[in-house]
Amino acid sequence: MSDTLSAPAGAGRTSAPPAGAAPRRSPLRLLKPLLLLAALVVLLALPLYVEEFWLRTGFAVAGAIVGAIGLNLLVGTTGQLSLAHAFFLAVGAVSYTFISGESGGLGTRAALRGLELPPIVGMVVGVLLAGLAGLVFSPIAARLRGIYLGVASLGLVFIGVHVLNTWTPVTGGFNGRSVPEFSLFGFSFGNDDPQLFVLGVPFREAERLWYLGIVLALVAYVFARNLLRSRPGRALQTLRDSEVAASVMGVNVQAYKARVFLVSSMYAGLSGVMYALSIGSIAPESFGLTVSILYLAMIVLGGLGSVAGAALGAAFVTALPLVFQQFADVLPLVSAPGEGGVAAGIAARYLFGLAIILVVLFEPGGLAGFANRFRSRGHRPGRGSPSAGPASASSTTVPDPSDPPAQGSSTR
Amino acid sequence: MTQFLSLLLNGISLGAIYALIALGFVIIFKASEVVSFTHGSLLLLGAYTIARLSDTIGFLPAVLVGVLVTAVAALLVERFIINRLRGAPVISLAIVTIGVDIILLTELIRQIGPDILNVPHPWGGDSVRIGGVGISENRLIAMGVAAVLIIAFFVAFKYSSWGVAMRASAEDGEAAALMGIRQGRVSALAWVVAGLLAAVAALFLVGAPTPGVSAAAYTVALRAFPAAILGGLDSTGGALVGGLLIGITEAMAAGYQEQLSFLGRGFGEVAPYVVMIIVLLVRPSGLFGTKELTRV
Repeated sequence: MSDTLSAPAGAGRTSAPPAGAAPRRSPLRLLKPLLLLAALVVLLALPLYVEEFWLRTGFAVAGAIVGAIGLNLLVGTTGQLSLAHAFFLAVGAVSYTFISGESGGLGTRAALRGLELPPIVGMVVGVLLAGLAGLVFSPIAARLRGIYLGVASLGLVFIGVHVLNTWTPVTGGFNGRSVPEFSLFGFSFGNDDPQLFVLGVPFREAERLWYLGIVLALVAYVFARNLLRSRPGRALQTLRDSEVAASVMGVNVQAYKARVFLVSSMYAGLSGVMYALSIGSIAPESFGLTVSILYLAMIVLGGLGSVAGAALGAAFVTALPLVFQQFADVLPLVSAPGEGGVAAGIAARYLFGLAIILVVLFEPGGLAGFANRFRSRGHRPGRGSPSAGPASASSTTVPDPSDPPAQGSSTR
Repeated sequence: MTQFLSLLLNGISLGAIYALIALGFVIIFKASEVVSFTHGSLLLLGAYTIARLSDTIGFLPAVLVGVLVTAVAALLVERFIINRLRGAPVISLAIVTIGVDIILLTELIRQIGPDILNVPHPWGGDSVRIGGVGISENRLIAMGVAAVLIIAFFVAFKYSSWGVAMRASAEDGEAAALMGIRQGRVSALAWVVAGLLAAVAALFLVGAPTPGVSAAAYTVALRAFPAAILGGLDSTGGALVGGLLIGITEAMAAGYQEQLSFLGRGFGEVAPYVVMIIVLLVRPSGLFGTKELTRV
């Protein structure tokens, strides 16, 4: 969630009018590291004070942030609509479980197999395998244009669920299988071994995973931001705006499409591993079309093309149903399952659907665009009224806070 | 051989239903450049309405109301959302239909719950045998109705002024608008027709051998996506061929499950997607879709 805090700070730098921007920047420049530092301290100290529920939610959010950033690189930045994200999540999660899991009986029918390698190996290989799956699919992806890709990628999800259901020795089949605990060089991220107390607070699985989540989400965030500011990032954005223009400028269209698919599915793989860790088990139903659609909801709500937006959207979409569930007895209309009211997950679903429609209709920049607009309100006259008209009509991806072309040069 | 013929016939009848759905999908795409992910839940809406009402107001009125409700729902989506986004990128349009789909589907699944709603088709669940090949009456009627509807559609598409207007605006929207064709009206009508077709398809999709209306009907409806893509998103004839191809593939894969057991149980449900991906590898715009040319 330091990501969420750094979002407005990053977005502020894009404030459009070049003349007015310069004097505004100096206090901001001072403010930004301070804010970041404060956020980091709060995040690091949180496990000392907060209940387990919030820490678990936090780790789930971190996993979703990683996945959403990855999908946003593909959909938001490069303009390739993909509904296959759930498939790549599954590849990561299953690989991790298979590689680090134990062999043994399922109790009922078939025996499960596992390689029992260290979890970190499982995680790395899971990410690589997901990347490989993306690379294998990319020849198809690179040939298909926008919407054909969207529907073709739909197929991957169904094929993935089918494999999960039938390849029992590896995936656990219909009932799924439990996920091995994560550990790093002998330090377990489980409940004990070694027992750990910090300032008298027991550090159990939730607390340990919380820190893991922060680290992984931060790494994913920084990597994506840097990627977007680099040459390949610019190439991808050009690709989105016009393939013809991109290829005229010397961008190898096919190669870049393949690469962005690779990177995006590696992100998905990592996110899948984190998802498996946070839930503690994997089952086919966790990787269905709904998941792909929820990831799409995250990046649309957050703002297509914006890394910070993806993080924001992921936090929102992941945390909302969990929070609804936690406070079901307090909230009006929402109730625990089977009590007549609207169940938490369903209530959240309505909200997402509505939010997607409203965002596309009225604020194509998503939450990031909204924050951006809010910050630059003082300069409204400079931006002029036409920004509302053609900007919103021509593209969902116009007000991208994280990839303003002139940003790099103006800050230096 | 009998098994093969039986599977073929069943596949064709299933394919006819898919073709209806895919056709609606293609019409919408041609008229408003939208890939409508709402289509699955629209279909479920039709099936649900028919199932809920047929006990109280009788089968035929229920079907009429169901078709009407679906068409109106499609029209509302077009009027209130799609129409306001004219000229937006294809991806945003697709995403907005996903938003509609989430809401509609969530509500329908909540209404249906874990039950399977029965639709009391007057023809029931009987099956007939034609020269040793068995097929359910429901599917047989579906084939007939689909054939009539599809022929009627193609005639209208070719000769009626709406058909001409639609083909014109699909060809070159700007020029068509300059010739006095009202794009909004063309697009609205396309959504209505697509809704109609989806509701009719729903009627037969939930009949024998399928047990009735459940949340699973949505997944079945989704298989019309590969049908539309396979044929080429902007080709009405392609939708027809794609639908039949997908139907036959699915029936065959399910029927020869024993021989295909190495692919896992229930492969029939996935086979359409596998076929779609293979076809797209060879022909990225589907079998009959127009290839996109880029000139600089």
